[in-house]
Amino acid sequence: MKIRFCLNGKNLEIETRPDRRVVDLMREDLGLTGTKESCGSGECGSCTILVDGQARLSCIMLAAQLEGRSVTTIEGISGEEGLHPLQEAFIAHGAVQCGYCTPGMVLTSLALLGRKPCPTRKEIREAISGNLCRCTGYQKIVDAVKTFASERKVYQR
Amino acid sequence: MRRVFLANNTNELWDMLRQYPEAAIYAGGTDLLVRMRKGICDPSALICLERMDCLKGVREEGDQIFIGACTSHTALLADPIVQRSFPVLAAAISRLGSPHIRNMGTIGGNIVTASPAGDTLPPLYILGAAVEIMSMDKTRRLSLADFIRGPGHTDLKPGEILAGVWIKKDQPYNIFSLEKVGQRKALAISIASLAALLRVSGEGIIEEARLAWGSVGPTVTVSKEAESFLAGKRPEPGALGEAARIAMDAVSPIDDVRASKSYRRLVSGNLVLRLGASVDGNSPQPAWLPPAD
Ligand SMILES: Cc1cc2nc3c(=O)[nH]c(=O)nc-3n(C[C@H](O)[C@H](O)[C@H](O)COP(=O)(O)OP(=O)(O)OC[C@H]3O[C@@H](n4cnc5c(N)ncnc54)[C@H](O)[C@@H]3O)c2cc1C
Repeated sequence: MKIRFCLNGKNLEIETRPDRRVVDLMREDLGLTGTKESCGSGECGSCTILVDGQARLSCIMLAAQLEGRSVTTIEGISGEEGLHPLQEAFIAHGAVQCGYCTPGMVLTSLALLGRKPCPTRKEIREAISGNLCRCTGYQKIVDAVKTFASERKVYQR
Repeated sequence: MRRVFLANNTNELWDMLRQYPEAAIYAGGTDLLVRMRKGICDPSALICLERMDCLKGVREEGDQIFIGACTSHTALLADPIVQRSFPVLAAAISRLGSPHIRNMGTIGGNIVTASPAGDTLPPLYILGAAVEIMSMDKTRRLSLADFIRGPGHTDLKPGEILAGVWIKKDQPYNIFSLEKVGQRKALAISIASLAALLRVSGEGIIEEARLAWGSVGPTVTVSKEAESFLAGKRPEPGALGEAARIAMDAVSPIDDVRASKSYRRLVSGNLVLRLGASVDGNSPQPAWLPPAD
């Protein structure tokens, strides 16, 4: 089946099985291994991607559902000049340890910041409550997002 | 290869269902695709309803509100009619799954899954919701309580889909309460839950009570006995304690990985005690010790 969608700002037409899981399509067919899989059943948030700006789980979405959509993976947020300033904030705050949850955390936070440019700590915690992190205890992740939101200029390129 | 079709409207949907009567339908896929992954089901084709705009959204019709089956939980939480008229439903949805699950999952999927732990079901029961079922040549309406036949079973026949739910707009209650007990705040399937609607008079007397428990029986548990016992009483520890005892007899919980039968029974009662807190901000203490069973 041919599927057309926009991936990280580029229009794409690919031939794939319609029931291919989106996480497999990204990782195995398109080589975008920034999207992680851990639980495979919607419980951990590692496989988060943005679909039309909204955080969704690529392990419980099928390729056919991408038709006509605009998809952002972690690879799509950094430019030629380097990492996205939110990624820089994660580094600055030590919000990354093993790194497995990080792409999902960053994308979920970006979706939040898209709706709510200056979220409270509570709103950040609530937004990432579907992204499990077993290393950091979340505080540093919340710090990173909060600092990024309030000091956006500092990180602005 | 499993075929996957995206229906954009009812004409396309009926055509697809005629051509592939064996196809499974899904909306958000947060139940069906997980079950497929676990090998519990293996449909030969899938029809996805996520683009059926005619089944999305909340609208007012006369004294009723219609909620389209394919409305996502996130959309429901943001809807002013739901916030204003059905805060008990909004409270339950705000505790369902996680933000991602709420972005994807739909109210229709939650109803048709008919899980004993389905979080929208207890509030929908006490709001007196009716479901609208649609097939190629007709639509029919029945109460949610009649639609849910048992765990995982509904009255849906082949060729039928759930179009949405109808709820009376003006509900005669002034207090709501929603309690969900799980192992953590997000991403926790409920161990026991209680949705309640009360009409409390200016003098502090309960005039009418509606109560529904989740996760403590094969489907939603209601107790006419507890409801009528509370009518005419003040929401004080004595009366609530007696209603709690009635509730503990009404529920029929099971042991599973999440909790034991006896814990669920005890919690079902204790949640009734908390109604006092919803009424006046004071939390009554448990009036009895845990039962021996
Ligand atoms: C990690 C995780 C956490 C979860 N947490 C909770 C929770 O806390 N509380 C809770 O209640 N649920 C929870 N769920 C279950 C699920 O997310 C919800 O039940 C959700 O509302 C299902 O909606 P859906 O659109 O994704 O359903 P789908 O998977 O699309 O469909 C579910 C079933 O309903 C049928 N169906 C869907 N729409 C229609 C329709 N319009 N007409 C006829 N049949 C239809 C499908 O055929 C399928 O059998 C969780 C799921 C996951 C994966």
